[in-house]
Formats: sequence, structure tokens, C-alpha cells
Amino acid sequence: MSHIVSLRQAIAENVRDGDMLALEGFTHLIPFAAGHEVIRQRRRNLSLVRMTPDLIYDQMIGMGCATRLTFSWGGNPGAGSLYRFRDAIENDWPHSLQIDERSHADIASAYVAGAANLPFSVMRGYAGSDLPKYNDKIRFITCPFTQERLVATPAIRPDVTVIHAQQADRHGNVLLWGILGVQKEAALAAKRVVVTVEEIVEELHAAPNACVLPRWVISAVALVPGGAFPSYALGYYERDNRFYKAWNGIARERDAFRQWMERHVLNTADFAEFRRTLDRNLRQDQNA
Amino acid sequence: MTENTYSTSEMMTVAAARRLRDGATCFVGIGLPSTAANLARLTHAPRVSLIYESGTIGAKPSVLPLSIGDGELAASADTVVSTPEIFRYYLQGGRIEVGFLGAAQIDRFANINTTVIGPYARPKIRLPGAGGAPEIAALAGEVLIIMEQNARSFVNQLDFATSAGFLDGGDARERAGLPGNGPAAVITDLCILEPDPTTRELTVVSIHPGVERAAIEAATGWPVRFDSRLSTTDPPGPHELRTLRELLRRTAAAHGRDAEGKSSVV
Repeated sequence: MSHIVSLRQAIAENVRDGDMLALEGFTHLIPFAAGHEVIRQRRRNLSLVRMTPDLIYDQMIGMGCATRLTFSWGGNPGAGSLYRFRDAIENDWPHSLQIDERSHADIASAYVAGAANLPFSVMRGYAGSDLPKYNDKIRFITCPFTQERLVATPAIRPDVTVIHAQQADRHGNVLLWGILGVQKEAALAAKRVVVTVEEIVEELHAAPNACVLPRWVISAVALVPGGAFPSYALGYYERDNRFYKAWNGIARERDAFRQWMERHVLNTADFAEFRRTLDRNLRQDQNA
Repeated sequence: MTENTYSTSEMMTVAAARRLRDGATCFVGIGLPSTAANLARLTHAPRVSLIYESGTIGAKPSVLPLSIGDGELAASADTVVSTPEIFRYYLQGGRIEVGFLGAAQIDRFANINTTVIGPYARPKIRLPGAGGAPEIAALAGEVLIIMEQNARSFVNQLDFATSAGFLDGGDARERAGLPGNGPAAVITDLCILEPDPTTRELTVVSIHPGVERAAIEAATGWPVRFDSRLSTTDPPGPHELRTLRELLRRTAAAHGRDAEGKSSVV
């Protein structure tokens, strides 16, 4: 049964050291606030999953939360690199990061299999690619009906999936719209589900085929307005492309990154204080 | 720059845009492919259906998206579907006619690398990775590749084969059972290459105006072949250039500088 709690409580009760943790959101609705809370609560040895490791995974990896990463595209689109992600893979900093690298089609399919309670996903893919040579989770099977050679990869079943959505009602039913990515599948594939929302409303007013997650598949809902910043929430606010571009400068050097994270994340109580601190520091930088 | 002069980057984008036929369903990668595909949509191909891997079908953005999931892609699209749906029903379902890709490295048989420079276990440069490319390269009816040509990008041996072109050449792609026809053209800042019908080796078929053969040879990591019916690429026309520059100007105003559509792979 879902219940509406603070984000601090939602993470404390649902995310444990060593968990397989997925934070999904395909450019849109990326759960930044929840990722910050995982960093604040100093979770360790996480096996992170995410199709497109974004700035929030750069932060979690750079702060030493993860020992493993399942992903399909790790970059800062249009703006640069993920320097902490690269430093972990290229130089084992802050420690080594095992990678389980797939394609988008594969991870999407593996979440579908997880949500459907199947042990593996089947797809057409990777033909001629070197990825199966380096990842023994990517295997080939023969169709029992047509004898075609197909790809099989294990279902992804996170211990916890965290997503951000536009709205929940007072019972904890959740509504999201716009670019939906794999959020529904990642949530339904997980043992526990945490959702942060922009707004809690009396009624969702969802159209019959809208993407609604019923409260009884969700472990906890937390109200965090702006919780997807610097990504965006359709209908609420736009992507802060300036922050995405500024990230290169923040994350490129280890010490500067650590200092920034301490000042903005570890030493702030919650996401609202993070936003106030960031705004204040940006204004000071502009005036300097 | 006046309308009589243009950059090599503009020539590349215009030449790539021309290859996208009107009415096609096109799965678009972010960066240079997105710039070229949107230029096509705004010039000769108004009925093209641009599909981004974020699930936006029929996107008609007024400025180039910075990311694959910018809000305007969703807002301007005919519909938005989930990631499993775009890959499983549309791409794997065989409904995509053209895949438009970029890459960090390419070899003579148009296999591409977007994964690592250096060894996989200890890369010199970790690139973003596969994204949607292996399945787009395998399953789209045909593939267009746009990328800058130099000795680091056009290599004799890929550091990592992320997505398939013609594998070892000849009929290797057909024998491997890949459903799509593979790369139809590679468009660079120097020339246009197409696979030889038999060997499937990339062959220069058209040289951009003012580019010397020697420059193409120097920018290619294998002894590159030139087609016997080699032509010169038509320079960008006034309408093409004006449309591209207006698109990039709108994009720069919306995102700030550095929004010219350059790939962020390295």
C-alpha cells in the first residue's frame, strides 16, 4: 500500500546498501531530488540501472554510491561528457565500477520482461555488434518455432525503482504524461517503488488510457515540487539547459566536484535547500 | 558568411539532408543527424516523419533539440509512445525506413563505433555507448551516416564495433541475417561515400566543391577508392543555406551558444 511520506523517509525505508536501484526518466522527469537524497543518506555498493546515465548518475557514481552500473548510453547530450562516470570507468575513481552495458532496445525489453515476471527478454538485436563479446549476459537462442537466432538477456528486476511524476492524488495514485520512457515498466519490474511528484491533487482527472500507476504498486510517494530539476516536468517547468552545460565545469575535476557536492547536496537538508543554495551561489558568481 | 560562401560543416549537413526523401519514416540520432533531418523537413521533405528514441513520432521542432527528449519534441509530435513501444513495435516491427546515425569511428565497410577509444576494459576515452544504434543499424530499411572525416574517425580498424554496417563486406551482412539493407551513404565534410554494390566497401562517389582527392585520402585510414563516375557535389543552394542558418540561429537563441548540432560523443 502506498503512502505519502517525506522524501527522506521514502529513501530511508526503501533504499538499502547493496540494492539494485533504478532511477528512470528519459531526459524528461529524471528523479534528481531522490538521487540527491540517496547521496545524502550515503548509500553504498548500489547496483545502479538506468538507460541513460545522466548528471544524477554522474553525481551518485562520483560520490561513491555505486559499484555496478547497467546502462545503454552515458552522456550529457548536446553539452558534453559525464566526467565522473568516465573517471570511474577509465581510472577506477573513486573506486572501480563494474559495467553491464547494453543497447536501449535491450534494456527497454529487459524491463518489459521484468514487469511481466519473465526470466529473460527476447529480441532481434546486436547482430554484428561487439557488445555480446564483452557482456556474457547478452546471449543468443534459437526460436523453437522458426529456428531464427534471437537475442536473450536477463530480465531487469530492481530491488527499488524511483521515478518522478507530475501528480499523485491523496490516496497515492500517480499520473505522468509526456515522454514516458521506460518508467511504467521499470516501476512494475521492481520489488519496491518510490515516486516523487510535482503536486498532490484532489483528483487526477486522468483520461481512460493515461499512464496511471495505481497506489497499490507503489511503496511510497513523496511531494517534491521541482524534483526533476535540472531535467523537466511537462506542464510544470522546462529543462534547465544552462545547468546541463555548466555541469562540465563542475564535474571535470575531482576536487572541484567533491566541493560542489558537499556545498550543494551533502550540506543541504533537502532539495528545496539545494535549489536555494544553487540560486544564491549562481547569483554570487554573476556578481563576482 | 554570405550566401555565396559556406562552411564545410554546412556542405555536409546540406548534402546529408538531400539524401532523406520526402514522406520517409526516419529514426533520428541526436546531433548532426538531427540537424540534417530537420533541414530536410524544412526544405524538400515536409512530409518526413521524424522519430526520436524518446518515443516522439512525427516531431516538428522549431529549434534543434539539445537532448533526445526535449519538451518541444513531445509537444510538436504526432504522438509520443513509450521506449519499449518505439523499439519493439516500430523499429523491430519493421516500420522504420531510414535510420540516420552519427559515429565517432567508421571503417571501410561502414561498421561504426560509439563505445570506446582504446581497449574496452581500460578505455582511453569512454564514449557514451550504443544507445539505439545497434538495432537501428540492423533493422532500419536503410541507414544514412553523417560524420566528420579525418584520420581519427575513418579508421582501418575500429577500436570497438558497436553497430553493424556490412561487417566483413561482400554478402556478410545478408548471411548474418540482418533485416535492413544497411548503410546507403556516408556523408562527410569532404565527400559522399556509398558502398560498392559487390564488395560493399565505402567508395567516394561525390566530392564536395573545392576538396582535393589528396585531402580525402589523407583523412581516410585505408586506401580509399574513388568511383569511376565520380561527381562533384552541388554546393548548398540559397534556400538550403538560408533555412539551415535560420534553424541554427533559432537554436542558438533558445539554448545559448554551442548549439550548432555538433555531436557530443567526445
